Parts: sequence; structure tokens; C-alpha cells
Amino acid sequence: MNILVLLKMVPDVVEELEVAPDGKSLDTEFLRLIPNEPDDHALEEALLLKERLGGKVTVLAPDAAEVDEALFTALAKGADRALKLSGADASSNTAGLALAIRQAIAATPDLQGVDLILTGTQANDDLDTLLAPVLAQLMGVPFVGIVTSVVPDAGRRMVTVQKECPKGVRAEFEMPMPAVLGIQAAEKPPRYVPVAKVRAAMKSLKIEAVEAGEPLPALPIEVIAMDKPVVSERAEMLEGSPEEVAGKVCEILTARGLL
Amino acid sequence: MAGEIWVLAEHWQGQISEITFEVLALGRELAQALGVKLEAVLLGHGKKDLAASLGAAEQVLYADHSSLAEMTAESCAVALENLVRSKKPKAVLVPLSNVTLGIGSLLAAKLGAVCINSCVDVSVSDGKLQARSLLYGGKMEATVRAAGDPVILGIWPGCRPIEAGRTTVAPPVEEVAVALPDEPKVRFKRYIEPEAGDIDICEQEVLVSVGRGIQSADNLELAQELAEALGGAVSGSRPVIDQGWLPMSRQVGKSGANVKPKFYLAAGISGAPEHVEGMKGAALIVAINTDPKAPIFNVAHYGIEADALDVLPALTAKVKERKGH
Repeated sequence: MNILVLLKMVPDVVEELEVAPDGKSLDTEFLRLIPNEPDDHALEEALLLKERLGGKVTVLAPDAAEVDEALFTALAKGADRALKLSGADASSNTAGLALAIRQAIAATPDLQGVDLILTGTQANDDLDTLLAPVLAQLMGVPFVGIVTSVVPDAGRRMVTVQKECPKGVRAEFEMPMPAVLGIQAAEKPPRYVPVAKVRAAMKSLKIEAVEAGEPLPALPIEVIAMDKPVVSERAEMLEGSPEEVAGKVCEILTARGLL
Repeated sequence: MAGEIWVLAEHWQGQISEITFEVLALGRELAQALGVKLEAVLLGHGKKDLAASLGAAEQVLYADHSSLAEMTAESCAVALENLVRSKKPKAVLVPLSNVTLGIGSLLAAKLGAVCINSCVDVSVSDGKLQARSLLYGGKMEATVRAAGDPVILGIWPGCRPIEAGRTTVAPPVEEVAVALPDEPKVRFKRYIEPEAGDIDICEQEVLVSVGRGIQSADNLELAQELAEALGGAVSGSRPVIDQGWLPMSRQVGKSGANVKPKFYLAAGISGAPEHVEGMKGAALIVAINTDPKAPIFNVAHYGIEADALDVLPALTAKVKERKGH
């Protein structure tokens, strides 16, 4: 199996996010970027497939702050090759990113025979579109998203996947390889890798640079404003020690006949 | 005619999905503001009867093909591409759910059209469509305009009340032909039902729901004790299920259950849109989170800025005290 994993850095939404002075974008000064969580699941699924079937896993990520650490972490987890893509502004121009990745794949001989391309089913900064279906369209290969199971049949050059539907139901699809799959969750939680192993990877392994071949078109979407969602009603906050707030919750439950 | 507003009618397992009615209600507002027709596009195989409930639209375009028996992204996108090229609507509103995810993106890529993802609202300003797109896990909204026609808009659940898009009047149906391969590349094989045996969280009156803030599987016990004291059950958000701490049958949200209990306690759940979609209908929502800006406080009736691990045992003790244990 020759598997390509696409990984993107996105704002960590656990942190406080602020609007930049232009009123149209995120303030990047205190922004912390982390790997897009579904992308991390895509990497895990790829590593599980490699363990099961052999082959190699290449991770490709557009350049961004902290991306080196994410790529070395992928290498420490068992990826064979890490590529950093320059020339693509990945944030909120997903269609442009898909084009850049298409060019990078075409320019990297090793990736032309790729069997599967796995990436997260979505990212929290996908303003314009989703990466997996657009890339699949550019490459003329099949796509399925919200995938939670990937079973390739190398002999038949087919892959069977399961995707999540509503109400806990899963749907099974079969398609020829290569295919681009949007991963929702790997079969197992993403593996943990100790910091020491990442540091060792930083010393002994390397990240290769690839470039988007042509300048990318600007996003044909005009951002007029960015702001925090205005909510008509916000929760009434209960203050006090854990015991005090617990008492207040009990009063609310009693008043509603729930206790 | 050209320039209509289209809504892709999502259906699953023989029923029009609720989100379709929400999006129809939004589509009708846009069509009225622009002075154009609202049309629903129904794609399926032997599903023409479903058009009868889509009367919020002035007309239903129905395409029947064996490749459209299930709503696979590729077949639906190709069918829509056929129709958009011949009829030239101004905008196509595509529901964003687990059934339809990817259709809008594929369609836009095939047409070379602009797609705006994660719209929570769309309006008409100076005769142009303007969308609000929910980003960064629900922490920001971008107000955007797209250049060119058609524009493909992915619409998040909850944009309008379901009832606003329901009607008893059956609309006229135009059957339209689409050119699709008889053997699509992506072939549907089967549905896999969830494992039976566990409780049905939709039937529970009280849910103690846990998220990432619960930190480890060991802490689930704190939620379990409270649920038992209240006579309810434990459910969870996506990260907890993905970690394997709770089975999939306990998942609330987009891929899991849509619950409407009398009391929903969200412990350490940030309130990502995918989760909120599945619990916003609860009669009473109390949220506990260390982050005062967590989006869960926008949907909760009562909020507690604290560590769930501190509040859960305190609440269990108080509940037991009140019940006289």
C-alpha cells in the first residue's frame, strides 16, 4: 500500500480566538495551531493499514507555524516520509490548497502511484469547501467522506469503506483505487508518541520540501466581516463553589419536577 | 427560466430529512427577496412520492436513476451538475449532514463554481447573496459574499425552524433526465445497523453527557454516579466516543442520536456545532465548562464556569441528599 496522508494545521479552538484589527480575519498574534483532529485520525488509519498490509505512508502538510513538529511527530509515529508544501496559503482557501496538492503529487514521482489518499473529512477553517472531494475531482478518482473503516483489496485494486450515517448506522461502499477518503475517525484512537521519540525523529530524520507548481487563484469569496457569533440568549451563569452551584442546580431541577 | 434558488432535498431510508424543511424555509426567504422561484431538487430511484411533502417549493425537479438509489456524493453531484448546466439556477442550497456531506463541494468543483461551506444563515443584501459561515468549531462567524453564479451553499442544520418549511400542499413535479453511468465508481453495498442491546439514549428523560473535559475514562464513573442518582443515563460527545470511553450507541450529535430529554447536563463539552445539533432540543440544558467562552453556553439555559470533575461529585451528593439517601 502506498498511502498519502494530508495534514493541515488549524487554530486550536480550545484557546481564546480574537478578531484581527481588520475585522475580517483571525488575530494570529496569540493563535496556536494544532494538526486538524480528523487529519490525525487519517494518519492513524494509514499507519494501521501499513501495519496490516505493509507499504509506506507519506505525510504531506502545507507550511504553517508548528508544522515541523506535526510532521516529525508523524515520522515518530511510523510515517515513512514527510513533505512540507510551500506556496499554498492553506487557511480558509481549501479549493486553492487542493490545487496545490494536486500539483505537488504530480511533481513527486513516488506519489504518482499512490493507492489511497487519506485526509480529515473536514477542518474547522474550511470556509469555502472540503479538501477531499475537491482533490478527488481534480484527480478524477472516487471520493467518500465521514469514513470510519478502510479495507483495501490490493489484488482487485478495490477498497471497501464504511461511512457514518445518522442514528449510528453505517453505510458500506466499494470503489476502485486510487481513491480520496475523508476520514472521520480511525478504527483506534490516534496513538500517543512520547516527546523523546519526536525529538529523536527531529535529529535523525528529515522533512522534504515540495512546492506548489503554479501560483494559486485567490479565493473567490469576499470576507466582509468576521465576528464571534451573536446569540440571542446566553446561559444564565451560576456562580459559587462546586457545592453552591450543585445546590442551585438541584433547586432548578426541583422547580421543574425533575427531582 | 434561470436564476432560481434551488434546494437539494435530502432523504434517507425512505424519508425526507428534517434539515430539508429547514433549508426550504431559508430558500423561500431568499427566493422572495430576489423575486425568483424556489425549486426543490429531488434525486432518487423510485422516490417520486417523496416530492409531495416539498410544497414549500413552487416546483420539484425529480430525477430518477438507478445510481441515485442512495445519496452517494459522486452520483448526486453529477446529477446536479447536469441540471445546473441546463437550467442555470442562481444558487444551490445543499444541506450539510452525514447523508449529503461532500455533494456541494463536488458539485462546485465539477462546475468550477464557488462553494461556501458551513452556512448558518444566508440573506440578500443589495440584490446579492450574503452568507454567514460558522468557523473554528463555532467560535467565529464569517460574513461573506461569493463572486459569480451559481453559488453552492452548504447549509448547517438549524438555519430555520423545521415547521417553517413544512406544508400540506403538494407541489407540481417536473421529471428531469440526468445522464449518469449505470455502474458508478462508488458502489453502495449495504447498511450496517448499530449493535443492539445497549440503552436507547433518545428514550431517556435525563442525560448526563460528557466531553473531552472529562479527561480520562476513569472519570466516567463520576458521570455514571450522577446519572444513577437522577435516574438517567450517560451519553457523550464525539471525542469521548472516538477515544473508546463510551460506545457509539451513547453518542449525541451529527453521527449519533438527536436527543430531547427533560434534562441534559453537558459536562466538559465545548459545544461544537456537530454536538449542539443533537441536543439543542432538550427542555433544560445545564453546561459545565472551564472555558467561559465555550459555545455550549450559547445553547445552555444555565452555565457553570468550572471543572466538571469538581461539580459532578458535588451535584451527585446534593441530589442524593435531596432524595433522602
